[in-house]
Amino acid sequence: MSEQQPPGPDPRVRAWTEHDLGVTGRVRDVLRAPAVVLGTPGELVDPRDPEVVQLAADLVATMRVSPGCVGLAAPQVGVGRQVFCVDVSAHPKTRAHHGTFVLCNAEVVAASRNERAREGCMSVPDLTGDVRRPSRITVRGRIPGTGEEVEVAAVAFEARALQHEIDHCAGLLFLDRVAGAHAVYARRTYL
Amino acid sequence: MSTPAPGADAAEPSTTYAVTVLGHDRPGIIAETTERLAGLGMNLEDSSMTLLRGHFAMTLVCAGPATREEVELALAPMGDDGSLDLSVRPVRPASAEATGGGGTPWVLTVHGGDRAGIVSAVTGEVAAVAGTITDLTTRLAGDLYLLVAEIELPDGADPTALAAAVEVVASGLGVGASLRPAEADEL
Repeated sequence: MSEQQPPGPDPRVRAWTEHDLGVTGRVRDVLRAPAVVLGTPGELVDPRDPEVVQLAADLVATMRVSPGCVGLAAPQVGVGRQVFCVDVSAHPKTRAHHGTFVLCNAEVVAASRNERAREGCMSVPDLTGDVRRPSRITVRGRIPGTGEEVEVAAVAFEARALQHEIDHCAGLLFLDRVAGAHAVYARRTYL
Repeated sequence: MSTPAPGADAAEPSTTYAVTVLGHDRPGIIAETTERLAGLGMNLEDSSMTLLRGHFAMTLVCAGPATREEVELALAPMGDDGSLDLSVRPVRPASAEATGGGGTPWVLTVHGGDRAGIVSAVTGEVAAVAGTITDLTTRLAGDLYLLVAEIELPDGADPTALAAAVEVVASGLGVGASLRPAEADEL
């Protein structure tokens, strides 16, 4: 990863909605640690694969019905594949955002300006933790359905949410990045 | 660090004690403990307090002119109702060696299904490379067991080899492990 200045927002991502997937999402059960799939790196996917498109719709549908949820990754619904959705638009910590979007095979290609903040996770419902992450990032991934490659320049809370979900796709939880022994807390509030 | 109580003579012989307070949690334990120590002219040098499964647990290191018997006598009323266990024992004053500072800091995280032997197996690998655990938290949340340890590795220790060794024992226990450098923001 470099520390280059991230590019501006990608209009294709900003304009995307789950309706672009053309299928109706189904709400899935969200797994909790120590489910094995949550600690296993997800497989790369073909973003045009109808199964992946349905998975993307399911992730968004599940995120929508989960109070406080700003992102959900495929391993959290028991699918070990590199797909996640994010929508931080309604969160009070959000400074800038791209609305709802889903990315496949995403990776962080540029990152800078580390900040420490408290994170929680639907898959670790009883704990929160302080995690240092870059607050300005560029993420490269593919849109499900069309398979278009996009670059998302995200800052602040959206950047944190994206990295949290990309970690899920790599088989990592926020617990793997907590800042120290006294950076883990019994849960009081959601991310 | 607190200020010695008025009247404490800096030239007086000073003894360092480790005081532990364990038991049923209630408001005021810290205030009462430290007030009684201050009354003896004891200076608080270090302390750590937490709740372990709801039980109050505090260790503090203090130094001052009081004898062990005087400290024990001053604290004894706190345990009269049987809700708290208190102990006082003299310890050697902190040395540079004991307070660390020579190694490189790392953070080790282990999490997975709860089972016996996780902590001993993982910390055994750290000890095998002469690593020092400087802070440790373990949590049991539902079925999830979590260990986070802050570690100092001596010069010459191979963190990659340690990570591999920890991964082997963690895999054998069906849990995941990660070792990474402890990061600090220099401001």
